[in-house]
Amino acid sequence: MGLKNNLHKLKEKYKGTKMAPAFNAIHTFLYLPNETTHNGTHIKAADDLKRTMNTVIMAMVPCLLFGMFNAGYQHNLAIGEIQAVTSGFFSTEFWTIDNFFIGFWKILPLVIVSYGVGLGIEFIFAIIKGHEVEEGYLVTGMLVPLIVPVDIPLWMLAVAVIFGVVIGKEVFGGTGMNILNPALTIRAFLFFAYPTWMSGDKVWVHGADPRVQNLADGATPDAISGETILGSLAQGKEVAYNAMDMFLGFIPGSVGETSTLLIILGGLFLIFSKIGSWRIMLSSVVGALVMGLIFNSVASSGLISESSKFYSLMSTEFWHHLLIGGFAFGTVFMATDPVTASQTNKGKWIYGFLIGFISILIRVFNPAYPEGVMLAILLMNVFAPTIDHYVVQGNVKKRMKRLKVKTA
Amino acid sequence: MGLLSKKDAALIKDPLADNNPITIQVLGICSALAITAELEAAIVMSVSVLFVLGIGNVVISLMRNIIPSKIRIIVQLIVVAALVIIVDQVLKAFAYELSKTLSVFVGLIITNCIIMGRFEAFALGNGAWRSFLDGIGNALGYGVILIIVAFFRELLGAGTLLGFKVLGDPIEKTGVYAFGYENNGFMIMPPMALIVVGIIIWVQRTRNKALIED
Repeated sequence: MGLKNNLHKLKEKYKGTKMAPAFNAIHTFLYLPNETTHNGTHIKAADDLKRTMNTVIMAMVPCLLFGMFNAGYQHNLAIGEIQAVTSGFFSTEFWTIDNFFIGFWKILPLVIVSYGVGLGIEFIFAIIKGHEVEEGYLVTGMLVPLIVPVDIPLWMLAVAVIFGVVIGKEVFGGTGMNILNPALTIRAFLFFAYPTWMSGDKVWVHGADPRVQNLADGATPDAISGETILGSLAQGKEVAYNAMDMFLGFIPGSVGETSTLLIILGGLFLIFSKIGSWRIMLSSVVGALVMGLIFNSVASSGLISESSKFYSLMSTEFWHHLLIGGFAFGTVFMATDPVTASQTNKGKWIYGFLIGFISILIRVFNPAYPEGVMLAILLMNVFAPTIDHYVVQGNVKKRMKRLKVKTA
Repeated sequence: MGLLSKKDAALIKDPLADNNPITIQVLGICSALAITAELEAAIVMSVSVLFVLGIGNVVISLMRNIIPSKIRIIVQLIVVAALVIIVDQVLKAFAYELSKTLSVFVGLIITNCIIMGRFEAFALGNGAWRSFLDGIGNALGYGVILIIVAFFRELLGAGTLLGFKVLGDPIEKTGVYAFGYENNGFMIMPPMALIVVGIIIWVQRTRNKALIED
């Protein structure tokens, strides 16, 4: 344990100076602290905030790896190098080294920029303000590369991360005090600041965007299209993917959001490790299904004409909404963020339900913002404290009534 | 400053920094959000407010002893309205394009909280010269923030300053655009103005801790 002791010595050396939090953070990230408390009664548990965060990151690793394969697969498929998958999840066309490395070299820089910039800001703030480095960015840093298009320019990502961490989190007082989910703040910033890189039919497949080809002096053909399913539905086009493709994730989209199967696995991991709230996940799915059913019945009852621009999204089978776009990813990894979600159990049901409900609503009625789940979660983040307040007040009132009955 | 006594000079200096109408009193936010997407519009707006507030404060101050206090708000409104109409007509006559950009916000100077606030808080209780200085000071304090916000919003949002393409041409890819830089569309939207104002408030209060309220 040479590293541990060296870190400890450094920590002692810089104790009381401004640099102390930086060494302390590295030390406790890697090892148990050298000092433990001696007196008083303590609950002993292995899971501090850093371990909790690491569990979430572990749940996301399958999505990240799949995202790397998928980025390469979509690219090779688009330029006609390989055929579409035919034999289910373990298709040999998909799991090739070639696919993986194309994706790996595209996505690794995203991860590095996200962590480098984000943790850099956390360290700077900790040193300036003289508090311990906060763990909050560990999960955010992993979420960010998973929810952006694969070809997003790295400097844009860096700008967005600075904005998201400073404006979304630090101004509110740091980890645990933020109102909005920082990862979604970063994505929303990108979405509104650089819409041409975040939506449309060119950005979702590596190499499809002519601007990227220019930068790379591309030898790729210029007729690649890489529309997401939501994008084609919003324009009333036929969707070229079947439900199984959507479920397994062989579709274009943000890096880690495509494979519903792996997201469900990650979600189960979070539920069994008691880190993610199953109430939020379940109620959000229910909310989305309810809204989907309402739209389906409106479409099938003939209340809306087939020429309407909403028809094709409205008549999408209600359960398809769970498979396409970022809904599954948002529900499992973003809506359950313990800081920004509702805290009370009853509140979680309401919060989750409304996220699902509003996601599909935005998705269908505003084709300019096909990714409704991002906006729905941000909106409900704002309302979460209000929901909690009324749940608690309701409980207080109920108990007050009981009290009166007894004393009377 | 030999021209002004220390007390009078404070009337101009205070609103520029430690008693700024936007960042400390948080007045006049609506127009600060609405017309700061372009530097030119922000400058014209600042000058308009300077004119209205400077003259308005003097007029109200001169009339302060004959206005019945029950109808003073109406009198104040009439004074502002008259001055705003002058500004509006001048803009329409000499800078028509600009007056279209500013559109309704020139008329809305009437409801700018800073103006009514200074009338009520200062001009009604002070002499004409001091009221004039107070009006100028507050309008300058308002203008400074407006221009800072507009500077960043226009530079980062459109890549221009006063309409000049200081960062190069985004379509022909000259200047910084040749390196893949792109304009930040979020800067053009009103929410970003709020955030920029917030950052100015943050910086100001970090430099002067006495401004932090509990």
